[in-house]
Amino acid sequence: MLNRVGDLGRSGLEWVRELGRAGLLLYRMLFCIPNIRKHGLQLISQQVFAEGVLSLSIIVVSGLFIGMVLALQGHHTLAKFGASMELGPLVALSVLRELGPVVTAILFAGRAGTALAAEIGLMQATAQISSMEMMAVDPVRRILAPRLWGGFISLPLLTLIFNVTAIYGAWLVGVQWLGFDSGTFWSNMQSSVDFHADVVNGIIKSIVFGFVVTMIAVYQGYFARPTSAGIANATTRTIVYSSLAVLGLDFVLTAMMIGGW
Amino acid sequence: MTSQRAIETGVGLFLLAAMTALLVLAFRVSGLTGFIQQEGYQISAAFDDIGQLKVRSAVRIDGVNIGEVTDIHLDPVSFRALVTMRINATVRQLPDDSSAAILTSGLLGDNYIAITPMYSQSFLKPGDRIRETHSAMILEKLIGQFLFNVQSSRKNSTQGKSP
Repeated sequence: MLNRVGDLGRSGLEWVRELGRAGLLLYRMLFCIPNIRKHGLQLISQQVFAEGVLSLSIIVVSGLFIGMVLALQGHHTLAKFGASMELGPLVALSVLRELGPVVTAILFAGRAGTALAAEIGLMQATAQISSMEMMAVDPVRRILAPRLWGGFISLPLLTLIFNVTAIYGAWLVGVQWLGFDSGTFWSNMQSSVDFHADVVNGIIKSIVFGFVVTMIAVYQGYFARPTSAGIANATTRTIVYSSLAVLGLDFVLTAMMIGGW
Repeated sequence: MTSQRAIETGVGLFLLAAMTALLVLAFRVSGLTGFIQQEGYQISAAFDDIGQLKVRSAVRIDGVNIGEVTDIHLDPVSFRALVTMRINATVRQLPDDSSAAILTSGLLGDNYIAITPMYSQSFLKPGDRIRETHSAMILEKLIGQFLFNVQSSRKNSTQGKSP
């Protein structure tokens, strides 16, 4: 009985310790900005390339299809109320406010976050990180910080691209296929979408998500057990935790934004 | 491994694509015009009821957009809604006996202000107030009046028959 209580306490302490480790790592990554004088922006741009540019194909394709599906579904439902003119606003608002940031963040966690975790985990397992420390190169500065900044920069940009492709996907289905008037589609959209409340809030969400997703990936990779099972575990945890974090934070952020924050 | 040069070009194109996306979102999707302050002048009008009129609602003459609503607030003395609107500089000579009405585009559409020019030879100056106004039609009020009329006319007809 007493052992059970002890275990509970130990796991609680372990959890707090993990949180503290993540906090310390975050502090080191944020304040040890990659050595710009020595490498220029090379390290960061390499990571933006690996995390952002190489994720473009999946983001563009899924954005296109999500927009097209939304237009079809929206038309199907709106036509029942004789309100199919409102297709443009429906698609634009749902993509800009919710689907864009959330779906991009989850896809990004799957495409780039897991790769980050596996890469860093394998570096840890093959002792590359400790040998770097032996050579007096700070691995946080050289390996982790550029990856965090890369993800932080990439995700908002990917979200913008996702939003535009989704809206053009909807335009493709609505105007080219279902035969709506193009002018009505755009002007109804413009009259109901507000730049600050919809576009900017979506971007704020994606900035937060970019930070959280890359942070989780980097943390899981850096503190992965240095075995093959440990790396597998780290990648799984990355995608699970970041999806949960994105969905949970999305609720909190939406509540804050609707509350007129 | 891709060369550093190719990577940087790729990242540059990526940034460029994202910037274009932001511009498209701003101007094509949300119809943002707030940064480009158009030339124009302000006039105001007091209404008894503005319905669903909002800031940035359109101001039209004969259905043509000539400006937008910039501010709505309640006059604390007369308890009327004071609507300030910006008229584009191209429409310089609005007769000062023009009237303003709040209309609805379509059955369930947005409200807008329709200005009907009259024949006066003197014109509205910046900051002037339109005197002749017509409030928004509120559907509930109309239905209420209609029902009231129906009831009273029925009452009248039954009263007329009974004696």
